[in-house]
Amino acid sequence: MIGEVFTWLNDPGHWKDTRFDTGIATQLTAHVRFCAFALLVALIIALPLGLVIGHTGRGRWLIAAANTLRALPTVGVLVLLTVVIAPHFYGRTDTGYLIPTEIVLIVLAIPSILSNTFAGVENVDPAVRDAAEGMGMTGKQVLLKVELPCSLPLIFSGFRSATLQVIATATIASYLPLGGLGRFIYDGLAQQDFPQMIGGGVLVAGLALVADLLLYLVQRYTVSRGLTGRFSKKRIPDARLASVTQAEVAAV
Amino acid sequence: MTALATSSSSSPLHFWGYFMDHRSTDLSWLWSHTWLSVVPVVIGLLVALPLGWLARRYRFVYPPLISLTGLIYTIPSIALFVLIPPLFGLKSLDPKQVPIALTLYSIALLVRVVADGLASVSEDTVQAATAIGFKPLGRFFRVELPIAVPVITAGLRVALVANVSIVAVSGTIGMSNLGQLFTLGFQNSTNGPYYPPIVLGIVLCVLLALVLDRIVIILNILLTPWRKAVRS
Amino acid sequence: MIRFESVSKRYPDGTVAVDELDFVAPSGQITVLVGPSGCGKTTSLRMINRMIEPTAGRILIDDQDVTKVDAAQLRRGIGYVIQHAGLFPHRTIIDNVASVPYLLGTDKKQARARAMELIERVGLDPRFAKRYPSQLSGGQQQRVGVARALAADPPVMLMDEPFSAVDPVVRDQLQEEFLRLQSDLGKTIVFVTHDIDEAIKLGDQVAVLRVGGHLAQLATPAELLSRPVDEFVAGFVGRDRGYRALTFTTVGELAVHDEQTVTLGAPVPSGADLDNWILVVDAANVPQGWLNLVELSRDDTTVSADLLYRGGTLATQGGSLREALDACLSSPSGRGVVVDSDETLLGSITAAEVLALIEKRRPAAASVTGSGSERR
Ligand SMILES: Nc1ncnc2c1ncn2[C@@H]1O[C@H](COP(=O)(O)OP(=O)(O)OP(=O)(O)O)[C@@H](O)[C@H]1O
Ligand SMILES: [Mg+2]
Repeated sequence: MIGEVFTWLNDPGHWKDTRFDTGIATQLTAHVRFCAFALLVALIIALPLGLVIGHTGRGRWLIAAANTLRALPTVGVLVLLTVVIAPHFYGRTDTGYLIPTEIVLIVLAIPSILSNTFAGVENVDPAVRDAAEGMGMTGKQVLLKVELPCSLPLIFSGFRSATLQVIATATIASYLPLGGLGRFIYDGLAQQDFPQMIGGGVLVAGLALVADLLLYLVQRYTVSRGLTGRFSKKRIPDARLASVTQAEVAAV
Repeated sequence: MTALATSSSSSPLHFWGYFMDHRSTDLSWLWSHTWLSVVPVVIGLLVALPLGWLARRYRFVYPPLISLTGLIYTIPSIALFVLIPPLFGLKSLDPKQVPIALTLYSIALLVRVVADGLASVSEDTVQAATAIGFKPLGRFFRVELPIAVPVITAGLRVALVANVSIVAVSGTIGMSNLGQLFTLGFQNSTNGPYYPPIVLGIVLCVLLALVLDRIVIILNILLTPWRKAVRS
Repeated sequence: MIRFESVSKRYPDGTVAVDELDFVAPSGQITVLVGPSGCGKTTSLRMINRMIEPTAGRILIDDQDVTKVDAAQLRRGIGYVIQHAGLFPHRTIIDNVASVPYLLGTDKKQARARAMELIERVGLDPRFAKRYPSQLSGGQQQRVGVARALAADPPVMLMDEPFSAVDPVVRDQLQEEFLRLQSDLGKTIVFVTHDIDEAIKLGDQVAVLRVGGHLAQLATPAELLSRPVDEFVAGFVGRDRGYRALTFTTVGELAVHDEQTVTLGAPVPSGADLDNWILVVDAANVPQGWLNLVELSRDDTTVSADLLYRGGTLATQGGSLREALDACLSSPSGRGVVVDSDETLLGSITAAEVLALIEKRRPAAASVTGSGSERR
């Protein structure tokens, strides 16, 4: 079986588009494109929101509300939005499926980024914040020069979970007839073409690993070495751990 | 089309009527969904306890263990489902592939939670326990583990809630659980939206997640009576 | 000069943290606020840089009402040091120190050069400049905190228990260095502590607060020890205040006796005219310890370092009576060793002689050192 999967993946014909089939290259680009779009929108919404809530301490209920969204079954919401929205776009190929998918992806990415950003700002040592104010930083300077850089490790962990979650959910979106790497899994399943189905799984797993690795590298070069804990003997406090694990689990 | 024949309304609010019309199927799906959500977490915890203890006891075990579990966590659920059969020598679409994948996820999450939970026990407490004569094993079960309970239960809650959602995903590749309700709803929506099974599926999944979450919270309170003073 | 004019602070929950506080912290001096926990020290301090706004009264810095200045501007001109330093974990030490100059828009290169200078000035190894706070010990972090507060050369410094989170030995070092720095810089400093010893050691004047934020006494350390205004201050100042007050009493020249000595490494002396105890010095005539001639065995023919009793403290000529008395009490021979400012031996003095000096001083108890500001 593994050999067949390898053959399927290695066949250059499967990578290029043909008259009947869309190739791996095209589906991969599509997958990356709609994941990137959703993540960008989620980041634009959740990052400033989390920073402001953490800085002012006002609007905490939003964090709790966002976290309860995690109890929703992804597939269910995806199907629900699709049957609501898709009929309005009849005949216009993918748009009817793309819009509900993007909405779901954005809604799913927000809680991880939002709650981790909030936790990051809130976990900044009060003495550090006090010192920053005491030396004459304005509220905005405290937020941008101290709280934001100090929260980066947690913000990154939230964004990385959001990314994994979005990649995973985008795959499931192929269950509704949308493009992306999930196509191979669900088409393979429908046609009982298991090498194709498993090959699709390999591709999705590969994409997730590469995306996470890239983000890890970005994190490594943007987060101050003073924070990465390579020197510090302190362990992560539990409050933070809870939110980290929460964010991590959401990645599935 | 049988669904349409027996359920007259396609209104989202009709999900209760839909449930009453298809009680036996829906209940069996709910049942298997519950099992699939809970059992892997229990197995995961049983495996994670000794592994987490190892990672705590021998510090050099921690980094590779965390990297490995992180790797498992990075793989999207649907991809892990289809990758399990070739890796474990099962035939494709074996019903065992879902619980295996979920168990792997649960282990991956809980190893880390157990290790970090044990690490949250202060060094002073551990040394005090050793000083009053606990042997390593007794100290682990009577001192370190109880203190780590709040962190571990936090991890269990997260794992259970996540599992409920992932089990539904396996419905899309034909496994029988509440995920089937979404497939049904989608297939029956070709001529205009047919909401009842979709809404029913979401409602049951959320309820299941909330109930399981509650149970763990209660368990945590029962296991850590000394925290009551702080809580109130 | 910082002037408190009937300043009160009532928190929204009704707690009165500071009540009608009136005092002046003179320019170029260290004013210490001391008192039991919760007496409003931190609140008083933080009202100066407007981290907390008073509910009544005014605070003037050089006759300028602080509430009339933009808060951020005001704070950039005031150094602020807190208990756990509050260093920015994401910045290197040098960038931490240069924080305020960066805020003020100072050129980066210039700010760093100045920061480097300060790092050395507070007694840190320049190698630390490129490290991060998590790589430093608590005492080192605290030094960085002081350097950071000094970076923009503010005339005023506020310090809230800056040395209380470090162990006693490091605290002593930090205090000594702080005094040395201050004698160079002459800042106007308000210093908060709950430790009366620290207050007495560091303060040019000490304000004792009692719970509820009332000023109990404002006085020089010596005056505080010799004339506490009431039971509360007396109790707070402590039991051995009489002994501690000797810290502030100097006697000019101590009349010392010559002391017989032997040099380290020389043969063990013998002779009937010798006392049981003989003082050992090194080649430069710096005292090393006492040798007990009675205890020596036959094999001990030369004076080696491992035979010495080193428990005695040394009194410096021109130092305080406390030092002189301590040298006598701690010396195994009962004779206190007096040295010159370059640590070379001058001679010895006995406890009885020091006590006689103390007796002689008593009528003139007011002849204390310090600037002798008026008691309220
Ligand atoms: N934000 C606040 N709200 C209400 N009460 C406060 C607040 N901050 C301080 N207090 C109260 O005001 C009083 C004075 O507090 P402050 O922090 O000034 O004491 P302190 O002298 O610095 O004590 P410590 O030595 O313990 O630091 C205390 O009773 C404290 O409980
Ligand atoms: Mg205080």
